[in-house]
Amino acid sequence: MGFLLGFAATLLAVVLIVQIIRVFELTSKLSGNDQSKVSFKDNRTRAFSWLLFMIWYFALFIWVVQKWGPLVLPEAASVHGETIDFLFNLNWVIILIAFIITHLVLITFILRYYARPGSKAEFITHNNKLEMIWTVVPAAVLAVIIIYGLKTWDEYNGDVAGDAINIELYAKQFDWTARFAGDDDQLGKANFNFINTSNPLGLVTEQTIKIRIQELNDQIAELKEELNHVPKDGLKESQKLAAIHHKETQLSKIHAFRRNNELAKNAAKDDKLVKVEFHIPVGRQVNFSMRSQDVIHSAFMPHFRAQMNCVPGMVTRMRFTPTITTAEMRRKTGNPEFDYLLLCNKVCGAAHYNMQMNVIVDTPEDYAKWLAEQTTFNAKLMATLGLSETDNQLAQNIQ
Amino acid sequence: MSNTAHAADHHAEDHHQETFISKYVFSQDHKMIAKQFLVTGMFMATIGMLMSTLFRIQLAWPGEGFAVLNFFLGDKWAPEGVMDPNMYLALGTIHGTIMVFFLLTAGLSGTFANLLIPYQIGARDMASGFMNMLSYWLFAASSVIMVLSLFVETGPASAGWTVYPPLSALPQAMPGSGLGMTLWLVSMTLFIASSMIGGLNYIVTIVNLRTSGMSMTRLPLTIWALLVTAILGLLSFPVLLSAALLLLFDRSFGTSFYLSDIFIAGEALDYNGGSPILFEHLFWFLGHPEVYIILLPALGLTSEIIATNARKPIFGYKAMIGSILAIAFLSFIVWGHHMFLTGMDPFLGSVFTFTTLLIAIPSAVKVFNYLTTLYKANIRFTPAMMFSLGMVSTFISGGLTGIILADAALDITVHDTYFVVAHFHIVMGFSAVNAMFAGVYHWFPKMYGRMMNQKLGIIHFWATLISGYGVFLPMHFLGLAGVPRRYYTNSEFPLFDSFIDMNVLMTVFAIIAALAQFIFFFNFFYSMKRGPVAPQNPWRSNTLEWTTPVEHIHGNWPGDLPVVHRWPYDYSKPGKAEDFVPQIVPLEEGEVDGEH
Repeated sequence: MGFLLGFAATLLAVVLIVQIIRVFELTSKLSGNDQSKVSFKDNRTRAFSWLLFMIWYFALFIWVVQKWGPLVLPEAASVHGETIDFLFNLNWVIILIAFIITHLVLITFILRYYARPGSKAEFITHNNKLEMIWTVVPAAVLAVIIIYGLKTWDEYNGDVAGDAINIELYAKQFDWTARFAGDDDQLGKANFNFINTSNPLGLVTEQTIKIRIQELNDQIAELKEELNHVPKDGLKESQKLAAIHHKETQLSKIHAFRRNNELAKNAAKDDKLVKVEFHIPVGRQVNFSMRSQDVIHSAFMPHFRAQMNCVPGMVTRMRFTPTITTAEMRRKTGNPEFDYLLLCNKVCGAAHYNMQMNVIVDTPEDYAKWLAEQTTFNAKLMATLGLSETDNQLAQNIQ
Repeated sequence: MSNTAHAADHHAEDHHQETFISKYVFSQDHKMIAKQFLVTGMFMATIGMLMSTLFRIQLAWPGEGFAVLNFFLGDKWAPEGVMDPNMYLALGTIHGTIMVFFLLTAGLSGTFANLLIPYQIGARDMASGFMNMLSYWLFAASSVIMVLSLFVETGPASAGWTVYPPLSALPQAMPGSGLGMTLWLVSMTLFIASSMIGGLNYIVTIVNLRTSGMSMTRLPLTIWALLVTAILGLLSFPVLLSAALLLLFDRSFGTSFYLSDIFIAGEALDYNGGSPILFEHLFWFLGHPEVYIILLPALGLTSEIIATNARKPIFGYKAMIGSILAIAFLSFIVWGHHMFLTGMDPFLGSVFTFTTLLIAIPSAVKVFNYLTTLYKANIRFTPAMMFSLGMVSTFISGGLTGIILADAALDITVHDTYFVVAHFHIVMGFSAVNAMFAGVYHWFPKMYGRMMNQKLGIIHFWATLISGYGVFLPMHFLGLAGVPRRYYTNSEFPLFDSFIDMNVLMTVFAIIAALAQFIFFFNFFYSMKRGPVAPQNPWRSNTLEWTTPVEHIHGNWPGDLPVVHRWPYDYSKPGKAEDFVPQIVPLEEGEVDGEH
């Protein structure tokens, strides 16, 4: 269907161009070929074609507003978002006024001053007073926008509330993980050297330290064994040596964690990792910290007017206080399927277009209930390894 | 005087010794180099335009098979006519790179700086003909490499035209970051060298080779714009060069300028201590002035064309120069507005919000001056004038939405959405393209000694303006609904899928816009060979290029160089027989020159 449509459109366009060119060849033969002059008749036609264009342009604008205006973002669902929306509307008013006035002036001058028999231009070079006015007026309007804009920006970047919920958003190609603090109300340490299949966020706990040490020791031993079977002084040998060096460096970093982070190392144990969908309570500030595993991503939650890049090698932050629950928003938008979205808004690779997560805004009670149902990181880890949480077989293996 | 006469003789001798190679290939003549830039730019733009048509087809009919996609992209990138997501990103990346750099930087500045600088200041040629030739051939080489990168097995660079690392640095992150990205960097390095050599030459020529009487305040606004553009390029392109070189080091030699703490493809990488944000700072330190490297020449060309065809001096000549300088200065301290959401200090964001919004003031002054130039004018609607007025409309329509993007608080919601795409395509792409067409229609007689057909020009204009707005006006609403750019399809989000009919509309307009350009191509190449021979001064213009013979000669003027007696905007001056007074006409007794 699409193909046929495209084909038909192309065919039509080609026919159109051929026709235009034929008309052109005929007229250029007839019109005496002076292409440096514009006849008064043509000049008039062209001036009035601008009028038609302006009508079309404004009509298109109105049509687009009517047709797709209702599909733009619904009202902001966060405290600071309301201020942003107000600023947005203020800007729109100014923009529309400037847009309409300048275009009306443009079409007026075109229709009033197109060359016609006997018409002459007036020699006007400048007018200091006028120029002063149209420098000062935009400056004054901009001053208002700037002052109000900076105030709003400050509000968005305001302080963390005392009772804020700390959530980590972890981005990788091509999905999100949200990490909630456990009963200790603390997000445990994480480091990329700890990442493996059982620990995709690289959380640092007693167990993950041991697992990684064991894993790396095994890999180093394996590489050293392989080293015996490759020819000496060759490329293969230097590759193996580099790989061993790389693993040993990682190992020493992990040992450093073991030595330096005795206090923090278990804070991650009761953290809760969720995918696909996460919940937050209405009316309480959510303080997001963000990390990325591989490339730059951007955590964009349009309905909350919130966005921040996730940059490998650093932790970025943003926070907002949701004001409308998902259930309420579904009523307001009349869409029973409505969900708040977290989407990736910095190109991150092939599946960038489908890196999303749903956000559910709950009542505080529902949120507490949902959070209590989530399993902790450590419980999941032990389950993956086929161990019970109290088992210390792992510890013995590593000694 | 005898020196110049000697020089003229000398040039006349050269004329006889020219071979095909020295005249058409390794030419050192500014007029030929201008034409080389224009035709190369048009060739690259055709590729860029075709790419946009292909990815627009994917956006309108996601996942459907199209023979045309398979035809252009082959079985690897469009099996059964369905575009591969990596190829979608690659097309967007190369489309952006080509349009921003190859068409609107080299194609626009390269063409009109080379053509107009010697002509309009009254010089025999550029200060260094050899450097000028080198500038073109570096550009040609960079174009060839960019085109070649389309054919490597892993595909061309795909990380977006801004090539942010780590995505662009790691072949594990996407196939396009393999050889394709290396070629992109090599091509851009040559491009930057070309730009800098060209820019240096433009500045030296304008500063040193102005003819007698051509003071800075008698320069046409085109020359002012091109001068300031060259200075911008010279100050900002070296920063992009270092950004590109450091990225090349990270990719090929294992340095960690931009990379740190990365785990990808099942492995923790060795990079330690770098920051991708450093790249963004370096990139946008060029990237924002780059917007004005594109826009200022466009504004310069339209100033000249509007004054000529309004038969009236450009309103507020000195204010126009002032606003060019103000825009140029401010363009260096606003780059951070591309990075509000990278985690940089919010206070820094405030500073960049402030400086960015300041740019609106000189831009507004320019718009008001254009409009006032039309007041009590005697407007003649040549195709060039139509495109110039189109540029005034697009500059307003696109510029105004910049107020929203400049505001850090509002940028949170529209950053990296289609709102941005709509904004910069109208204000930068569409405006500059309008101005470039205006320039080609206006100076075609000077370039090829023949006239282009007006009627076709007008049809081309309306088709372009209407379809251009047809694509980009609705697009703002996608952005306001929160639809991110660089998405292979919006169909994964039920919330965005309701825009599918808008995507179809935009694609239809995009295809019409692309086809409309063939009217231009036909008019261009047909008129080049068979157009009516141009009179010496077809538009009854004041500037010096129209005092040269229609047939191109080495050294531009057959005898002595012209002497300039007045500013270039004496149109419809009271007490004159004609409605224009060329710059070479001496002032009468008691006549005042310039603004008064």
